[in-house]
Amino acid sequence: MTQQVLSGNHAQSEAVRLARVQVVSAYPITPQTTIVEEIADFVAQGRLPAEFVRVESEHSALQVCVSAAALGARTYTATSSQGLLLMHELMHWAAGMRAPIVMGVVNRAVAPPWSAGADHTDSLAQRDTGWIQFYAETNQEVLDMVLEAYRLAEDPAVRLPAMVCEDAFYLSHTVEPVDVPSPDVVDAFLPPRRGRATLVPGVAGRLGSFTGPEDYVKFRHAEAAAMESVLPTLGSVEAEFLTSFGRSLGGPVVPYRLDGATSALVTLGTASTTARGVVDELRAQGHRVGLLKVRVLRPFPDAEVRAALADVMRVGVLDRSWTFGSTGAVAAEVRAALYSAPRRPSVTSFLAGIGGRDITPGLVRRLFEQLEAGATERPLWMDLEPAAGGTVHG
Amino acid sequence: MAKLTLPPEEWVRSGHSACPGCAPALALRFLLKGLGPRTVVSVPACCWTVIATPYPTTALGVAMLDSPIESTGASISGLRAAADALGLDDVTVVGVAGDGGTSDIGLQSLSGMLERRTNAIYLMYDNEAYMNTGIQRSGATPWRAWTTTTPVGPTARGKMEPKKDIMGIVRAHRPVYAATVNPSFPEDFLAKVVKARGLAGPRFLHAFTPCPPGWRYDSARTIEIGSLATETGLFPLYEVEAGRVRLTRRYGRLKPVREYLERQGRFAHLTDEEVDVIQTQVTAGWEELLRAEAAGTAPTAVAPVLAP
Repeated sequence: MTQQVLSGNHAQSEAVRLARVQVVSAYPITPQTTIVEEIADFVAQGRLPAEFVRVESEHSALQVCVSAAALGARTYTATSSQGLLLMHELMHWAAGMRAPIVMGVVNRAVAPPWSAGADHTDSLAQRDTGWIQFYAETNQEVLDMVLEAYRLAEDPAVRLPAMVCEDAFYLSHTVEPVDVPSPDVVDAFLPPRRGRATLVPGVAGRLGSFTGPEDYVKFRHAEAAAMESVLPTLGSVEAEFLTSFGRSLGGPVVPYRLDGATSALVTLGTASTTARGVVDELRAQGHRVGLLKVRVLRPFPDAEVRAALADVMRVGVLDRSWTFGSTGAVAAEVRAALYSAPRRPSVTSFLAGIGGRDITPGLVRRLFEQLEAGATERPLWMDLEPAAGGTVHG
Repeated sequence: MAKLTLPPEEWVRSGHSACPGCAPALALRFLLKGLGPRTVVSVPACCWTVIATPYPTTALGVAMLDSPIESTGASISGLRAAADALGLDDVTVVGVAGDGGTSDIGLQSLSGMLERRTNAIYLMYDNEAYMNTGIQRSGATPWRAWTTTTPVGPTARGKMEPKKDIMGIVRAHRPVYAATVNPSFPEDFLAKVVKARGLAGPRFLHAFTPCPPGWRYDSARTIEIGSLATETGLFPLYEVEAGRVRLTRRYGRLKPVREYLERQGRFAHLTDEEVDVIQTQVTAGWEELLRAEAAGTAPTAVAPVLAP
């Protein structure tokens, strides 16, 4: 193990090298590009003996991975924003063909208007495609999640694709110290993918095919059952991860100071770090507040969310995206999970950090103030006003 | 009469669900006779999605991968990359797609595959419309042909635009090998498949595949109509290697294109003037091929003759 100073994007690239990925395919998009630039360099320098397929679109990038995975190769792609939206059709194909692809997603706002800022709309729009979704808070988590994602995706009980999401710029282009494990330790945790080709040369068989309703529903049910097995499998994978690397990944949700909390905030990704600092500050002032970070959004960890928030009175969910005509996407998930709780907390949907607006400690303090003042039915847009001290043009 | 020298092995099984007289079924039959059992076939949404028969059966004796309609070029790039990464050196990767899936919605991934020099074969079977969805016009539908989306009426006379020149588009990418094939000429078809198989790099086959329900003719006449397409010069058989074209069927005198057109209901509305336009176009295309062959170059696109 060595400690390196890595951006979130280069943490993805390092993990891909360590995972001995065999086929990589990608198309450039900001702020993803530095991931695959680094991988291309690994291949060029002979540090990763992989086929790098340079394609003419993200749609083709994912098709390359789907087809390569069918023959049994370990595959990787990475994208962001518009690129992920263009992949949408192939997202279903990847999951339906049970292709254990791992994809790095740098969460970026969707146009129009153009914005390169952090925003979760791109990956949340893929919730129903059959992919496992991880959201990282730190660059260390990015590297660890990619290795974990391959183990999980290739597990015989699962065999589903997985995406590892990181916030644009806050992680993708920000460097942090990252423990990079040695190749032999990674090899022991993540052996080469073998024996799971779904398309075998010389064998008459059809992958994809055409079905009547009776068979179609069986395929969908098998895929759903595979998704059901993700969280139990995650438990054993994370136990092994701890043994191999001496670090705990923390499960699908990570509670922070929820003991005795009456108000709790639910976050994804980098907002969690800021929120944790504010929780400490407010706790020191006597406020009974806590935090729940969601690491795995698909499958949604209903039982874990319910258990973590069982004794909280008021829950606020911070969504860094907006779902038109509904409420915050994560807020909707949390509400659904809590419906069967014996004592249902109120749930307030907060929208903030959209399109790359900074989620500051001051903003998180306002969320908790609002929460402690009582629940609101309607979603609250928390940062519509210009930033203090910011420049107003025009 | 040449001796029939087709390999006896069949990789398209009886029991497939093609329509009677389906030339795309013959195209895959001849293709696989030339490529053999260590072939992986990538098929997007097209007639062959259905012809290959539904789960849990398959009409092919080789491995087949389904993909969405626009993905064939990318899919065969992925299969090749995986075969190379996994050391499956004896595997032949082939994409088989329709004219819409190739020259319309799949043009981008075809271009990508050719440009990145994927070591694979791409066969486009051209039945000149979206036949699997019910005879809708594609970019490959010929001028004045009736389809369900280019009807004939007081303000329209079938497809108003000329057929897209897919071979010209492919040639501009300088593939290792590009050839036209026609199931009415099985030995020529096989010879080109075998030649393509022996080469490395991107290879493209344009197969002319008549469709009885779409072209409105009796299913017993598929071979006859396919033969006429080549004998009239409308679909010449040739191959292009290293920028040089070589005709593989040559005729001292071409049959009139009218003989081809009048056998199909999709052209039943054509006037004599329209037939003359098509004849002028076909003759110009044939002469350009002869000129290019003699000059040792590839043919250049012949400008479409506009309607009278």
